[in-house]
Amino acid sequence: MSVHALTDSWTMTRRELARWQRQPVQLAVGLVFPVMLLLMFGYLVGGGRGVAGDYRDYLIPGMLALTMAFGLEGTMIAVTQDLDKGVIDRFRSMPMANGAVLVGRSAADMLQSVLTLLVLIAVGAALGWRPGGGPAALLGALGLLLLFRFAMLWIGIHLALVAGRPELVQAVQILVWPVGFLSNAFATPGSMPGWLGTAVEWNPLSHTATAVRHLFGVPGAESGHVGWAFLWPLALLAVFFPLAVRRFARLSR
Amino acid sequence: MADAAITVEGAEKRYGAKKALDGLDLTVARGTVHGVLGPNGAGKTTLVRVLSTLLRPDAGRIRVAGHDVVREAYAVRLRIGLLGQHAALDEELGGRQNLELFGRLHHLGARRARARADELLERFGLAGTGRKAVRQYSGGMRRRLDLAASLITEPEVLFLDEPTTGLDPRGRAEVWNSVRSLVGAGTTVLLTTQYLEEADQLADRISVVDAGRVIADGTADELKAATGGDRIDVVLRDADRLDAAVALLPLTGITVDADRRLLSAPVTDRMEALSAVVRALEQAGIQAEDVALRRPTLDEVFLHLTGDDTRMKEAA
Repeated sequence: MSVHALTDSWTMTRRELARWQRQPVQLAVGLVFPVMLLLMFGYLVGGGRGVAGDYRDYLIPGMLALTMAFGLEGTMIAVTQDLDKGVIDRFRSMPMANGAVLVGRSAADMLQSVLTLLVLIAVGAALGWRPGGGPAALLGALGLLLLFRFAMLWIGIHLALVAGRPELVQAVQILVWPVGFLSNAFATPGSMPGWLGTAVEWNPLSHTATAVRHLFGVPGAESGHVGWAFLWPLALLAVFFPLAVRRFARLSR
Repeated sequence: MADAAITVEGAEKRYGAKKALDGLDLTVARGTVHGVLGPNGAGKTTLVRVLSTLLRPDAGRIRVAGHDVVREAYAVRLRIGLLGQHAALDEELGGRQNLELFGRLHHLGARRARARADELLERFGLAGTGRKAVRQYSGGMRRRLDLAASLITEPEVLFLDEPTTGLDPRGRAEVWNSVRSLVGAGTTVLLTTQYLEEADQLADRISVVDAGRVIADGTADELKAATGGDRIDVVLRDADRLDAAVALLPLTGITVDADRRLLSAPVTDRMEALSAVVRALEQAGIQAEDVALRRPTLDEVFLHLTGDDTRMKEAA
């Protein structure tokens, strides 16, 4: 069985790529949406309360991290749709490697996240933003962002398997947005009321955003967050990866 | 049975307090079509999900194509095809893309997966669909593609769970024709259905399932005979005379369908019953529009076996 684990996972990844090809508009919308958010917050809303220095330098790392958090929704929608259509039943009744369904999902979502990050960075560059720290810092930042996305991905798979139906995705969206905005993506915790600021500082998204700012040389972003940006996603994975795998196996109960 | 494609002994599956399978036994001979007939909630889908390794039974010894569904699930999966109640396809992809995907997951390799996809599209009349997404297919087309997907490796055993539910008459005929052509090739088919006509048309043998167990088993003719053989139907001209006719006719177990002005009852001696009924009606001056002898329908068999006919009689 394990002989097929790799080929089956690759086949399932290719299935997702074929879906992109069939729905280029949907893929494009997914890539443009974060750019819109960036432009809105950078130029229209006029955020940046408590931010010293250039707001763009503060905002863009925040947007990169926020986009990774929102990826949770996309993962969850895709998994619930497969469950709802019954196509997962067909996969499960076939002599394929059991985990390939989930591995294919992860690979495709991670690939999409890489694309999203590159588009956001390119748009930032076009607006005149230049990250400090050089190529090594850029790669390190991308690594931390994708690690965070990977944790969100498995939370998304788990929630989808728990919810089981596309209708319940909305309930999660209502929760993801406040968690996304209750972070330091747009404004510093110091500019918020005490308890709110504390919650914002604890948010894993804030740690990843600050770690990326630190790597890009944004003033005021302390290096200690890099460690937290490692530990938080790993801790979330340690909880949600086994939960999701167990939930998937329990589809047969 | 040595040449059985499916054997189920004492299958049990409960969901909380509800027993979906309650000691179900079933044997299906190789190369036959076996109909599993029952109302909604009888346990038909649970049975198919257990047989196709999607669901783990709580108890029972269940073998499909020579392998245990729990301990040798992988070996079973190599040998089965499944057509579930809802189309199990990737709606965004085209027909060929779907079949190629499933072919690759059956480890046919790229070239054979492609060839097999072409072959199946041709066979199920879907060769002209091109790149059209399954989302845009008609119900009948989707069902045929779904059936094609369950036949990628020419399975030994094919499970069809209510294959024509929700299809229009044309779509139903399409699926029936496809199933008939399969049987010739030696595949064993287990078919669940709520439609008695479907079981009658397609199945060699039928198991009637109710509340998670098999309550009767046999060919369509055997099941019909078990319900008491022939029946007599009398259609009256005047609905007001129905009660009088019931009191008068020398028959037992009469059921009444007032809307159709119809009396129906089982008979043992056909000719004697026919002449007795005609005579009795004549003497009482009740006019009949039609008097006919016939075999019972599977609907009557089913109602008889599930005990619902007693309720009907009481209501009548």
